[in-house]
Amino acid sequence: MVGGSKVSRDGTRPRRRTDPPGRYAPLAEDPRFLQLRKRFLVAAASVTAAFLGWYAVYVALSAFARGFMARQVAGHVNVALLLGLLQFASTFLLAWAYLAYARRRLDPLAQDLRHRPAGDGTAR
Amino acid sequence: MPALDGRALTCTLFVAFVLITLGITVWARANTSGADDFYAGGRTFNGAQNGIALAGDYMSAASFLGIAGLIALSGYDGFLYSIGFLVAWLLTLLLVELMRNTGRFTMADVLAHRVRRQPPVRRAAVVSTVTVSVFYLLAQMVGAGALVSLLLGIHRGGEFLGMSAATARTVTIVAVGALMICYVMFGGMKATTWVQIIKAVLLMAGALVLTGLVLARFGFDVGSMLGSAAHASGKGEAFLRPGLRYGRDVPGDAYQTIVNKLDFISLAVALLLGTAGLPHIVNRFFAVPDARAARTSVSWAIGLVGVFYLMTLALGFGAAALVGRKAIVAQDPSGNTAAPQLAQELGRHLGGRVGGDILLAFIGAVAFATILAVVSGLVLASSTSLAHDYFGQVLMLGRPRESQEVAVARVAAFLVGSLAIVLAVAARNLNVAFLVALAFAIAAAANLPAIVLTLFWRRFNSAGVTAGIYGGLISSLVLVFFSPVVSGKVDPVTGQNQALFPKGVDFHLFPLENPGLVSIPIGFLCAVAGTFLGRERADPALHDDMSVRALTGAGSH
Repeated sequence: MVGGSKVSRDGTRPRRRTDPPGRYAPLAEDPRFLQLRKRFLVAAASVTAAFLGWYAVYVALSAFARGFMARQVAGHVNVALLLGLLQFASTFLLAWAYLAYARRRLDPLAQDLRHRPAGDGTAR
Repeated sequence: MPALDGRALTCTLFVAFVLITLGITVWARANTSGADDFYAGGRTFNGAQNGIALAGDYMSAASFLGIAGLIALSGYDGFLYSIGFLVAWLLTLLLVELMRNTGRFTMADVLAHRVRRQPPVRRAAVVSTVTVSVFYLLAQMVGAGALVSLLLGIHRGGEFLGMSAATARTVTIVAVGALMICYVMFGGMKATTWVQIIKAVLLMAGALVLTGLVLARFGFDVGSMLGSAAHASGKGEAFLRPGLRYGRDVPGDAYQTIVNKLDFISLAVALLLGTAGLPHIVNRFFAVPDARAARTSVSWAIGLVGVFYLMTLALGFGAAALVGRKAIVAQDPSGNTAAPQLAQELGRHLGGRVGGDILLAFIGAVAFATILAVVSGLVLASSTSLAHDYFGQVLMLGRPRESQEVAVARVAAFLVGSLAIVLAVAARNLNVAFLVALAFAIAAAANLPAIVLTLFWRRFNSAGVTAGIYGGLISSLVLVFFSPVVSGKVDPVTGQNQALFPKGVDFHLFPLENPGLVSIPIGFLCAVAGTFLGRERADPALHDDMSVRALTGAGSH
């Protein structure tokens, strides 16, 4: 977008960007990027499915399965309380798992793409 | 009732907090010159500092005093609330890096990144940011007024420094407002962040002390604490189960039972999906050098918020067992003073009257600090949005002089802050507690669809963003306006008015108190429909570009 002759009268107002638009678009076809995107999407979808599903189950039980939630487990501790504490545990666990995964499998790829946008010629 | 020396101690602690934070503001003023400093604290905070500040932004008085009070009065159902608040952070964890990488200072930066026509997108984002912030602000400030008169023991005809309770309320709101304006106008993100950090540390320390003392009273036997709480509540084991407050079963009224359950689900959904769209949370993603640090911040926030909400269990059940429902309701029918009252009771047990006063003073000061910090974060978010998105990008077509934009941000902070003061004073005697849930519902219905679809849907365009934001925002507002919290809600037992409008006025048409269940799908539907109806075609190159930036951090600010 060096000349930008067509862009200046686009729409009702002139557009402006400090960075040329689409500067990084070519990287989107880099196999390393496709790999990174796939890994992120799979990880994000798994975490989301896990916490959304489990939270939905918990909320549904709280609303509709009062008898089950009321069962005493030990002394005054009932199923509802245990499941609630499990929500805390699962949140910590999922966060930890995602963080570990991101550090191991996402960060190196992202860093590689940032520092060597052209790749090393031997695209895997 | 706290003694006079207890009040003096509360005031001393609070004045100390104010002086320290004002000192920080003076320092921050000297170190704030450009937009990066004012909006994002120069991006110099590390992940841990910013994470503590994020937790500080999130743990509002509504969650500290509100949830402890909710557990103390309604038992298990208060816990349900805190679980929604916590689990929401997982969604934030997944989105934080992408948003940090594609934005500069605000949510609007993320949304405007790849659309062809920025101004309408920015305008929509400003409208929803300011709306969410002002509603949240109002709830906090009205709460502050009520809290102060209770903590200083000047309700019911008492006096403090020659002021009646009503005057003290107004004075408190104005003072809190003036301080928050001062922090934000002069100190920007740097001052606000340090205020958050100090507050978060104080709050965690306070909660830790109270939790330790509560558990010690029961010989570190959680079962016996639960048992005493259940017994003292007068509701028995039902106190430890879901259903006393949310999703209540109404015998013989199947319709009302279903409505109650849907209302509960609606609240749960809004809490879960709202957090990642709260403007003061999103703006904090940009106060760190890069996306990895932003991710670290969120992981710190998850840890702190999680531990904090676990402690509110002990505070709430402890208050139910040791203070008792009757004493709590006598102070404040909504239970907001349960935690301070628990502090007083625990202190009294340890060191007599003086001990009670000391601990009450400490927790009272922590509560003030909490309110002050959260309102500052909200004012900063609105002023950033108005100055950067509206003034800088829309009015000045993206070419503002930096000094000019920061000056506008300071003026905007003053104006938003003043507006909040005026509204809060006007609403000081109204039931505005529903505004917190409403702010979450709007964030979930208006902001989240726009954020998620911008990041993940290739075809999404500016018409989609604006339709999604306005659709989610307007549907939430309309549904709440015609809901029982605005008119027609009465306590089924006492017959007391619990709605915004006085008793007798009843025009509610929508049965749920929380609009999220309906308005969040509307937000998503409008965003999708807007995309298809808008004539503009999304530019695939811009989408690819954003996608690369979002995931790799290439070219990020």
